[in-house]
Amino acid sequence: MIRLISKNALALALVAIVCVAILGSLNQLTQPKIAEQRLLSQLAILQEVLPDASNARELLADCTLVNVPEQLGKAGQKVYRWRQDHELKAYLLETTAPDGYSGNIDLLVAVSPDGTVLGSRVVSHQETPGLGDKIEQRRSNWIYSFSGKPATAADARRWAVTKDGGDFDQFTGATITPRAVVNAVYRAALYVQQHPELATAPANCEISP
Amino acid sequence: MSLMKELTLQGLWKNNPGLVQLLGLCPLLGVTNTLTNALGLGVATLLVLLGSNMVVSLVRAHVPNEIRIPIFVMIIASFVTVIQLLMNAYTFGLYQSLGIFLPLIVTNCAIIGRAEAFASKNPLLPSAIDGLMMGLGFLLVLVALGAMREILGQGTLFDGAELLLGDWAKILRIEVFHSDNHFLLAMLPPGAFIGMGLLIALKNSIDQRQARKQAVAKGSITRARVTGAAQ
Repeated sequence: MIRLISKNALALALVAIVCVAILGSLNQLTQPKIAEQRLLSQLAILQEVLPDASNARELLADCTLVNVPEQLGKAGQKVYRWRQDHELKAYLLETTAPDGYSGNIDLLVAVSPDGTVLGSRVVSHQETPGLGDKIEQRRSNWIYSFSGKPATAADARRWAVTKDGGDFDQFTGATITPRAVVNAVYRAALYVQQHPELATAPANCEISP
Repeated sequence: MSLMKELTLQGLWKNNPGLVQLLGLCPLLGVTNTLTNALGLGVATLLVLLGSNMVVSLVRAHVPNEIRIPIFVMIIASFVTVIQLLMNAYTFGLYQSLGIFLPLIVTNCAIIGRAEAFASKNPLLPSAIDGLMMGLGFLLVLVALGAMREILGQGTLFDGAELLLGDWAKILRIEVFHSDNHFLLAMLPPGAFIGMGLLIALKNSIDQRQARKQAVAKGSITRARVTGAAQ
């Protein structure tokens, strides 16, 4: 009985070792390609939000981690800094709207140092297809309505959907989603405006794997 | 040759994993909101099924009966991880849009079902054919349901095909009709259930018609005439 059990255990272990060996080597083989793909998709998003940024790879390296869940939705968000001729032109912030209709909405927002929103994109979301997903730029151009809008603490009232007396359209049948996105973008812009020290914070993001 | 024919018929129609065995419903209903997603997951499942059936068949003589299930699961999980790594490396966009359903192929009962029911009892070649045909059957159901839901839901076909096939595939996108408001029911999970039900009903009605025709051909229908005369 014991012999049978140990024989079976050994057979299982052997199969596990073979499987792990195959997967380990394949992982090694595909690792560089996967890292490259991830980098490319990050670069593509950065470039969409801030088309002027020619040296996107440099931009990706000049990045600092911030832990302000109240303003940016969750801890450990990345802030990229875009400099031209040693002058800081814009920040690119990862931010999260925690109050979407179904779960978090991850956004990337470009803000100039004085707090003007330059552009924004939805990176990932689980909103209702056909209603809430109009925040995606391939479904509608609603997300462009933030471009060039200044954000100051004084005009909090204007940073809301029309239904709440603000400047931004809601969608028919979906108010919660745009409301969440508007608030998240506003909070990100305000955060940049109120924290000029971001420009000199050390670049401490791990270079993406 | 007749073996090949029989296995093909079983996989594609008589014992179709999607329509008859009703296995793997979770990915079937989850990712069929567009044709591209359905095709991507269908191909991934097909590859896993083919690979796992072949390996299970090769090692079937050496696997002790008591621990065959954990070993099969390990083989299948390895294949899924292989596919997942490859898709992550070469079709990144699709990898992201399939999301959790890719690792969930491991739990697709159709795969362990074929390993246990067929590949563990048959030599390499029939097992490979069985895996291929069962995978193809599953793929076809996914594609049919995906196309149905995409047309009804957003009026297009092959939306986002470039995620799967590269940039040239953008020309594949067909706009059947234009609508600003999507037909939500078709795109959400309830639409998948309804569509699936309709597909199964269609298959059953075709089968029944076939059976009736055969009955007529054999002449067994004469019994009906007897009851008719009694009235």
